[in-house]
Amino acid sequence: MIGYFLKNGLDARVRLALVVILAIAVLVPASNLLLPESSPFHVPTYLVTLFGKYATYAVLALALDLVWGYCGILSLGHGAFFALGGYAMGMYLMRQIGTRGVYGDPVLPDFMVFLNWKELPWYWYGFDHFAFAMIMVVLVPGILAFVFGWFAFRSRVTGVYLSIITQALTYALLLAFFRNDMGFGGNNGLTDFKDILGFNVQADGTRAALFALSCLLVALGLVLAAAIVNSKLGKVLVAIRDAESRTRFIGYRVATYKTFVFTVSAMLAGLAGALYVPQVGIINPSEFSPANSIEAVIWVAVGGRGTLVGAVVGAVAVNWGKTWFTGVLPSFWLFALGGLFVLVTLFLPKGIVGTWSEWRAKRKATPPSDAAPAPAE
Amino acid sequence: MTEALAANALLYLDDVKVSFDGFKALKGLSLTIEPGEMRAIIGPNGAGKTTMMDCITGKTRPDEGEVSFEGGSIDLTKLDEATIAELGIGRKFQKPTVFESHTVEDNLYLALKSDRGPLATLFHRLSGAEAARIDELLATIKLTARRSDLAKNLSHGQKQWLEIGMLLAQEPKLLLVDEPVAGMTDAETMETAALLRRIHESGKSVVVVEHDMAFVRELGVKVTVLHEGGVLSEGSIDHVASDPRVIEVYLGR
Amino acid sequence: MNANVRRLARSALLILAFLSALPLLGATAKAQDISAAMAKFTADSYSDTVAAIGEVASSGHPRAAAIVQAIQDGKLEFDTASKTVAIRTATGVVDAATGDALATPPAGLTPVRANNRVRSVLAAALGSLTLMSPNPAKRLEAAEAVFKSRDQGALATIEAALAKESEARVRSAFEAARAAIVLHKADAGEDARLAAAAVLKARGDQDAVATLRGLPSDTPKRVKDTAETAAKAIETSLAMWASVQNAVYGVSLGSVLLLAAIGLAITFGVMGIINMAHGEMVMLGAYTTFVVQEVIRTHAPGLFDWSLAIAIPLAFLVSGAVGVVLERGIIRFLYGRPLETLLATWGVSLVLQQTVRSIFGANNREVGAPSWMSGSFELGNITMTWGRLWIVVFALAVFVGLILILKKTPAGLQMRAVTQNRAMASAMGIRTPFVDALTFGLGCGIAGIAGVALSQIDNVSPNLGQSYIIDSFMVVVFGGVGNLWGTLVGALTLGVVNKFLEPFAGAVLGKILVLVFIILFIQKRPRGLFALKGRAVES
Repeated sequence: MIGYFLKNGLDARVRLALVVILAIAVLVPASNLLLPESSPFHVPTYLVTLFGKYATYAVLALALDLVWGYCGILSLGHGAFFALGGYAMGMYLMRQIGTRGVYGDPVLPDFMVFLNWKELPWYWYGFDHFAFAMIMVVLVPGILAFVFGWFAFRSRVTGVYLSIITQALTYALLLAFFRNDMGFGGNNGLTDFKDILGFNVQADGTRAALFALSCLLVALGLVLAAAIVNSKLGKVLVAIRDAESRTRFIGYRVATYKTFVFTVSAMLAGLAGALYVPQVGIINPSEFSPANSIEAVIWVAVGGRGTLVGAVVGAVAVNWGKTWFTGVLPSFWLFALGGLFVLVTLFLPKGIVGTWSEWRAKRKATPPSDAAPAPAE
Repeated sequence: MTEALAANALLYLDDVKVSFDGFKALKGLSLTIEPGEMRAIIGPNGAGKTTMMDCITGKTRPDEGEVSFEGGSIDLTKLDEATIAELGIGRKFQKPTVFESHTVEDNLYLALKSDRGPLATLFHRLSGAEAARIDELLATIKLTARRSDLAKNLSHGQKQWLEIGMLLAQEPKLLLVDEPVAGMTDAETMETAALLRRIHESGKSVVVVEHDMAFVRELGVKVTVLHEGGVLSEGSIDHVASDPRVIEVYLGR
Repeated sequence: MNANVRRLARSALLILAFLSALPLLGATAKAQDISAAMAKFTADSYSDTVAAIGEVASSGHPRAAAIVQAIQDGKLEFDTASKTVAIRTATGVVDAATGDALATPPAGLTPVRANNRVRSVLAAALGSLTLMSPNPAKRLEAAEAVFKSRDQGALATIEAALAKESEARVRSAFEAARAAIVLHKADAGEDARLAAAAVLKARGDQDAVATLRGLPSDTPKRVKDTAETAAKAIETSLAMWASVQNAVYGVSLGSVLLLAAIGLAITFGVMGIINMAHGEMVMLGAYTTFVVQEVIRTHAPGLFDWSLAIAIPLAFLVSGAVGVVLERGIIRFLYGRPLETLLATWGVSLVLQQTVRSIFGANNREVGAPSWMSGSFELGNITMTWGRLWIVVFALAVFVGLILILKKTPAGLQMRAVTQNRAMASAMGIRTPFVDALTFGLGCGIAGIAGVALSQIDNVSPNLGQSYIIDSFMVVVFGGVGNLWGTLVGALTLGVVNKFLEPFAGAVLGKILVLVFIILFIQKRPRGLFALKGRAVES
């Protein structure tokens, strides 16, 4: 049953994307670790980490595309799930520091010692175990999404109202995590990580491995998302997106479906956040800022919503642009980003991949099944 | 006494009242549909036809009154749309609503009677029986040739048929059909009438809301005239057409 | 019984005032002559020093404070042979009684010695001298210090000071201080203590409660009960004032929310356009104010008090014009696609922020307050700034103005017609695209006006708008889309709720709670507090 389910997702385009992603996952770390620095094919470590960051963004974009592109739920708070996953990982990494912190406390992270806390708050228990932390990485965003979705979707909050309250959700979390007494490091967040599973987070080998894992997560996310959207459930999601009340009158419980896909998506975002944190070396409340979440939306829009490969392409393309701009013309990045929002919505509503497949479909008159045609609103 | 009436009925509405911000959309509507009956409902704009359908399908909760199904055994006012649909009440909207970015085939596939739970659909696999049923439905609604086309590329009339086909796919006991021939050519209208008659003959109850008198005449069934949220007249088409109150409502005083 | 206590208190006060005036009469009789006291300092005996300090402190001599302070600092020196008492300063030696510099100080000068007894007398003398200080602020401070310490030894001095005091504020502080001492004085007599409790009750603050509650356990029951009743009365009154204050501050916050949201109530509420650049319209209004003030500062400083009045129409025009360009250039292509509108206008907001950042820099800009908006006033126990008050007035004025525009002008009629039934309005010859642009421009222009007011209470920076956008949407959604009155009620409710939550939860947590509350509220009533109901609104 599950085999059929997964195989069903592997259409031609996803297979091609998988080959490319897995090739990158092997080649980039190999060139970083095996080739001498003098080689023109050597990828420096900072680039490995940068690409690793892009990969985690790509997973976030996939998660967002799953709800927005296929179910019409424009979440402006997906960054919150990403950040929660990141915090869960950050808590594990903090506990790994042990006595190597500035204050040398074997249990308490530095910021707690600084705040004069005497013991670890209960919600930090267990985070010294990697497995427990990994469960929390998916469970915490998943539960939040489930509870939020359960309430919101059952009350039929849709469209921009939903978008606005998801934004309020992440904003509320932003304010909360800024507070020192929340016990998550307040303003500064969690940082100064030393090692992960015993490997030094700064080491080239660890970074290469994290990169490969991030690529693997993109691949897994892609297969999972493709399997979902190509299943009958995926068709129901698109049906909800196009004609919600029609779907309801056929007998589908729309709220259940929305909650399901929203929760799955949040868990995927949480995993992405967990891989993001050890690579960038810090997690702080600014990850909850509404601007971050809405930026993720534009990745999906640029790549083409309703096309899973598009989400990956969009995330990498926009972030590569961001890196390039902030290096060359720092003050122009916001102009470029703002312009991108406007231009894509006005002139490229299907995004890069969506437009490409439409163009190909016109030539061949058979649309690839992964690309759910653009939604009618 | 109402229990006795309800007991024989498939659908039973008694003294249903609905108001929106002071506007009374239904003021004590009563209606009984027998099992296997086809009924035409006519009435001018604002008579409460769509609100009545909303009450039956769970979209609107009546302020007062009884709406029950299957001999009064099921209180529809307590249930949500999805549950009512699963009980066997199918509804076609006034404006044709199909899943535009799905193929004609997939539209029917989604509507087919099956487990509606998310896990069931996630791992669902199209069975031979289902494929056969889709073929059959495609033939019924005369869309076999267009099965792989996206629904958004269908003509207006074809979308109406596809929606009726989706209704049939649910295997309902009762079909509520809101203005099925709006925007259709005369030929299409007659074909739709024939289609609905065939559906009725296959043993299903059908409630058709329509403006088109020629179409209603073509159906040849009992007619209920709604006016200002209540029943104005009921009987054969000839009976209601000669009812002076009906004439007054339609032609003005 | 209350009246009785008060009458009792009044007569007791009279007696006390009379009694306390007596020693002072004596003091004035031998006013200014401290030569006898000065001689005692030269005796080099502790008891003489103690006596001398007492005499100097009660002499009313202008040099008294300096002399006592000099002993405290170990700077007062004497020479027995020449009977000289002098103060050593950084530059030389001055005569203690006159303050004149001594050209040839005697060689045998030695500091006046102090033991514990001298030190305690010194402290009391210094306290009483500050109580007698010519500076009223000093006296007030000293009275408060005595009030808190309830030092029984200071009673006589307080009473002396009270008799001399003419300033009402300081007088009541002295009276409270005396009452605090008397209340806690075991041998003061029950009536006097009851009278003291009444005085403390009249003072009516948290410190008075502490004093009333701090009575030792062996206090007579009647005194203790009266004190407890008084403390309870103060607490009730304080709680009432706290509620009033929360309500007033809440209305003030609500008016800020109203200002920020009211433009959005037009563009989002009435037109249904999701304008994420709304906050930036507010920001543009604030920067317009900044520019106007800069121009006035350099060219016509006399007009500064008029700067806001000049900025209001300009801000309306600037933000309104940007709004019209935005509507014509982008939004009109996206009608019926709200999610796309959301994204595009977010992009515009980024561009506007960066534009302002490029022109004015990323730092906060100083926007001044005209004289009539600076300062504060007191209303009972509440302190309110004039600026806050004017913002409340201004927000209401803008609201009323907007209602009038929509309800009473032909343009308003057209706007309402187009938003209610576009096709019909168009059929009746209304140029709907023009009205769309106009309505959107109006909403944005009002946001600009809001920016003028908000520049008075918030940092004028490129990020100004960001901090208002979520709040504004919350207000409009909470109040009910398409309903201006809903926006008014929504803004004031959220403002007041926020302020009432703050004392319990703190500012940030309070805000989070309000957000969570609204999120839950939207689940319950997805269309807001004053939503239209029925088929028509469900698309």
